[in-house]
Amino acid sequence: MRPVYMISGGITKFAKAHQDKDFRLMVKEAYDYALRDVPRFSKDMIDGAVGSYFSDHFTRQLKAASMVQDYLGLCPKPSKRVEGGGATGGLCFQSAWEAVASGRMNCCLAFGFETMSRVNTWKGNEFIALASDTNFDFPVGGFYSGYYAMMVQRHMHEFGTTVEQMAMVSIKNHANACYNPYAQKAKRLTIKQVRESPMVATPLTMEDICTMSDGAAVCFLASEAVASKVCNHPVKISGVGSGSDAMRMADRPHGKVILLPHEREADYRELKYPGVHSFRGGRMAAKLAYEMAGISNPGKELSFIELHDAYTSSEIQTYEDLGLCKYGEGGHFVESGMPFLPAVDYGLELPDRGLLPVNPSGGLLACGHPVGATGLMQAVFAFWQLQGSVEKHLGNGKLQVKNAKRGLIHSHAGTGTYITVSIMEAV
Amino acid sequence: MENKGTIVYGIDPLVIRDHYEIDYLHSYAEDSPFFIGLTKGKLLGSRCTACGYTYSTPRAHCMECGEPTIWHQLPLTGRIHTFTTCHYGGEAFLKETPFTLILVEFADADTLFLSRLKGMQPDQVHIGLPVVARFAKVPSFKVTDVWFEPADEE
Ligand SMILES: [Zn+2]
Repeated sequence: MRPVYMISGGITKFAKAHQDKDFRLMVKEAYDYALRDVPRFSKDMIDGAVGSYFSDHFTRQLKAASMVQDYLGLCPKPSKRVEGGGATGGLCFQSAWEAVASGRMNCCLAFGFETMSRVNTWKGNEFIALASDTNFDFPVGGFYSGYYAMMVQRHMHEFGTTVEQMAMVSIKNHANACYNPYAQKAKRLTIKQVRESPMVATPLTMEDICTMSDGAAVCFLASEAVASKVCNHPVKISGVGSGSDAMRMADRPHGKVILLPHEREADYRELKYPGVHSFRGGRMAAKLAYEMAGISNPGKELSFIELHDAYTSSEIQTYEDLGLCKYGEGGHFVESGMPFLPAVDYGLELPDRGLLPVNPSGGLLACGHPVGATGLMQAVFAFWQLQGSVEKHLGNGKLQVKNAKRGLIHSHAGTGTYITVSIMEAV
Repeated sequence: MENKGTIVYGIDPLVIRDHYEIDYLHSYAEDSPFFIGLTKGKLLGSRCTACGYTYSTPRAHCMECGEPTIWHQLPLTGRIHTFTTCHYGGEAFLKETPFTLILVEFADADTLFLSRLKGMQPDQVHIGLPVVARFAKVPSFKVTDVWFEPADEE
């Protein structure tokens, strides 16, 4: 395998509905933005593309990625579609990485999109719930917020995690988004407001849950030769990992924790793992990515993280899977203030504020979750952080993590059925 | 499918109603005995013939070792492993809200079973609560032919 670099990225504003643009035009806008950002790069240097979108139901257009390929003028170059639920974007990013790392391509475009506004919100929820076992799970009341609510109820039972800790995640991500013009749902919240917003599935309220969006994102990945020729500040992708778990939450085992280098078996003597409180696939993805990137203590060796916070609860669960803290300590991790940004006012008491910012962009909770674009959006935000170009792209530098050296992006499907972790580094 | 003309929601951009529906011939295939079992008041899990791993939600082959499983009748009582009450849902279930989902754990089984809890106020539900299976008198041949209600503490 040879080194792979990200050389440019682009995103559309994520919105509840872009009725004036179809998926082809949304991708085109993100693509043109990314092309303009690297003037020495040209379209004929692209060897092929990987497209990602989650659901054929949302647009009722099969082979939609082929329509993007021709719209961008990339025919007859190689192209394919990658689908993996909520992790679709992360899998697409890694598929483009594979194309370059293997030597098959010198430059691969990763593009992703979703148009979720063409059906009503509850039909949309039904489509998403079809990504659960349709014999045993869906007919019982197929609803992802319900599945995540059951997971966090168990997390609260095992570890004492509180709804107030979850609300702090919501406050953080929505406040960060106030400085991100691409975000769909920027706002200032209090713990009281999060708890008093309509209950969706106990204990998750509307402000604990991300919304559906229309949007697109693209990344250009390239070999060292191409990157050094066209890009002043390329970002190296130094580690990729992915993992999986059983489709049905009911089938998750209750065994032993998969340990990271900085953990010991004695840390988890009593813990039945993963049960329904943790994501084994996320831990596996992190372990593999850390091994490739040479990371032995993630909490100390990462500058920031963009993770898949479809729910406030899953952000807390994911801190643990990624080894930012021990299993069971995710709630305390958010209370410590570590995942908050130093420069943003949250109206909260935060003792260790800013030591390891998580979702500086606002994450899925505030940016929105146009599924096929989401994992690529994370890569674009991480790319800008590591270039130190947040001010240039967002129009203000409030979210820029100072001296960002190494970032982690995390994309997550289903109730943890596919998960990707990729490590990106400034060079 | 109606044929009374197209509903137009807006002209800039042009947005129209596009209706779609389909019937599937859905086969439960190797899972069929479970659904037939529900019509006889039985909860059928499965047990691995090689390693003994016992599934509360059945599967024909073992997820741990890959060997075939045999049908294994589960007790009709278990405990709540986790729960939630849904106040919203996918469109198909919106009219049934609020409803309570539970994952049930059974003695001697290694995995769980997803079902609904009925007959209890949502704020009374808790982890560890004993529950008992109830079966539909008129089967719909769906997993919802079984649900759970609170059982007396042993
Ligand atoms: Zn077995």
